[in-house]
Amino acid sequence: MINVALPKGRLGEKVYATFEKAGFECPSIKEVNRKLVFENAEKGVRYFWVKPSDVSIYVERGAADIGVCGKDILAEYEPNVYELLDLKTGVCRMAVAARKEFFDDRNSTLKVATKFVNIAKNYYAQKGREIDVIHLNGSIELAPILGLSDVIVDIVETGATLKENDLEVVETIMPISARLIANKASFQFKTKEIEKLVASVSALAEQEKI
Amino acid sequence: MSETILKNEERVALSLRALYRKYGYLPYKMSKFEPYDLYSSNKEFLVGDGVITFNDADGKLLALKPDVTLSIIKNAGEENRKVYYHENVYRKSGATKEFKELMQVGLERIGEKDVYALYETTYLAAASLKEISDNFVLNVSHLGVLSAVLAAASENKAFGKAAIALLAQKNLHEITALCNAYGVDETAAVHLKTLVKTYGDMPSTLEKLAPLCQNGQAKEAFEELKAVCALLSKSELAEHIRLDFSVAGNMKYYNGLVFKGFVGGVPESVLSGGQYDKLMQRMGRKTSAIGFAVYLDLLEGLCEPKRDYDVDLLVLYDDNTPPAKIAAAVQKGASEGKSVSAQKETGKLRFVTLVDLTGGRTND
Repeated sequence: MINVALPKGRLGEKVYATFEKAGFECPSIKEVNRKLVFENAEKGVRYFWVKPSDVSIYVERGAADIGVCGKDILAEYEPNVYELLDLKTGVCRMAVAARKEFFDDRNSTLKVATKFVNIAKNYYAQKGREIDVIHLNGSIELAPILGLSDVIVDIVETGATLKENDLEVVETIMPISARLIANKASFQFKTKEIEKLVASVSALAEQEKI
Repeated sequence: MSETILKNEERVALSLRALYRKYGYLPYKMSKFEPYDLYSSNKEFLVGDGVITFNDADGKLLALKPDVTLSIIKNAGEENRKVYYHENVYRKSGATKEFKELMQVGLERIGEKDVYALYETTYLAAASLKEISDNFVLNVSHLGVLSAVLAAASENKAFGKAAIALLAQKNLHEITALCNAYGVDETAAVHLKTLVKTYGDMPSTLEKLAPLCQNGQAKEAFEELKAVCALLSKSELAEHIRLDFSVAGNMKYYNGLVFKGFVGGVPESVLSGGQYDKLMQRMGRKTSAIGFAVYLDLLEGLCEPKRDYDVDLLVLYDDNTPPAKIAAAVQKGASEGKSVSAQKETGKLRFVTLVDLTGGRTND
């Protein structure tokens, strides 16, 4: 039995549809109820929905054998897991954005508002730029508008929210997409089952580009 | 109704010490503190990045030991040594990122390197896992092979660092992107990708690996790995030993064989080790060394039956109960191998059997 942690929301549903097509369906997952765990003993899979940012924790701690989460979460928390597949869905990018008139004055410390503190710190450390990180949990775009920060580091999908708030992308840090991850210990003891699932999903993802 | 007094990790520690003694390893005992310098100059060798420091009475900066290997090397001369240790170390726990006291058992073999020495250490790593559980896997890799394949791809240090991190994740898609970004030639890129995909039992993995190791350092490392695997294949633990190049280790310290061990029911590796000649060189030693540690704190709760009571027997008494009656009841229970608690009130204690000596009752 493989335990699979899926991220709640649109991405998770899309990924489940791929798993289903790949032959790892679990019909009970589509029933409308408050159940959290769904199992198909015949196919050897058990799914559960968790908050997207918690998927890597479930997998790293072995509560789930495999899981699907965004590269942003993996880059931010650096969990000790295998990253077996790029599902090429949920595609977006991690970027630095600022007000259109922003000029980076290197004489002063750059104030950076973000949910992704480690990504921001690592990125600017590589550039040798001194920063003051302001950790926010939401509405990051508001920070430069109100003068709380000079720039923001956040996920950009279409750029529409930025545009509506007179912000623009200044630099791209990294491309983001959904990744299939596995617990390192589980992989040793369920190698064949995980390999089979990864091969089926990979073939399908390649064929359909999800 | 008797209970096992030893916790799982304590039982394992005892059996591992007996195992290492059987193979001629001598006990090594170290002090709780070492000069901080020892650790600060070899920071990257340590698992995790925290050391608890404090000032000695004379102002010298000391550290609560986060590791045992460095201390063993520091105190070892150039002569051959085979030691095992059972020590508590103090460092940040992987999951909680908070300082913890962690129990660790391990062995170090310092001296001339030969195939038998490499085999024996790897075999003992597998045998250590077997002491913990029958359901175990020892993943073995060889940094000689890995560094030769990496060097053929690119001499760029940033490339090497990124590639090792991706290998440790079995991250084939990003290795491909990395090779493209650094303009790695096709053959070298294919070899590197083969390393990511090559894992499994010893014979079939060696077969897949052979074409990558046709000459130079790669061939030399491959031949060494093959010789060790030939011996391991004959052991009763062979089916649990696999080759897997996602076991990388820090190449500043490690070279040659490296390994990681897993047991069913524990979500992370419980054993880690390898050959660390480069660390020896950094510490001014000319000899070779190989060793491993078993992280016993991770075994807490593994395979232990969950108890839903505190004691087998509760002896309840009051002010009128003669003390001799209480003592007799407690001794009777204890002599039958039961855990006994004598007290005036039940409180929140959970027990299996009650011996009530209150109100002049007797246990006769």
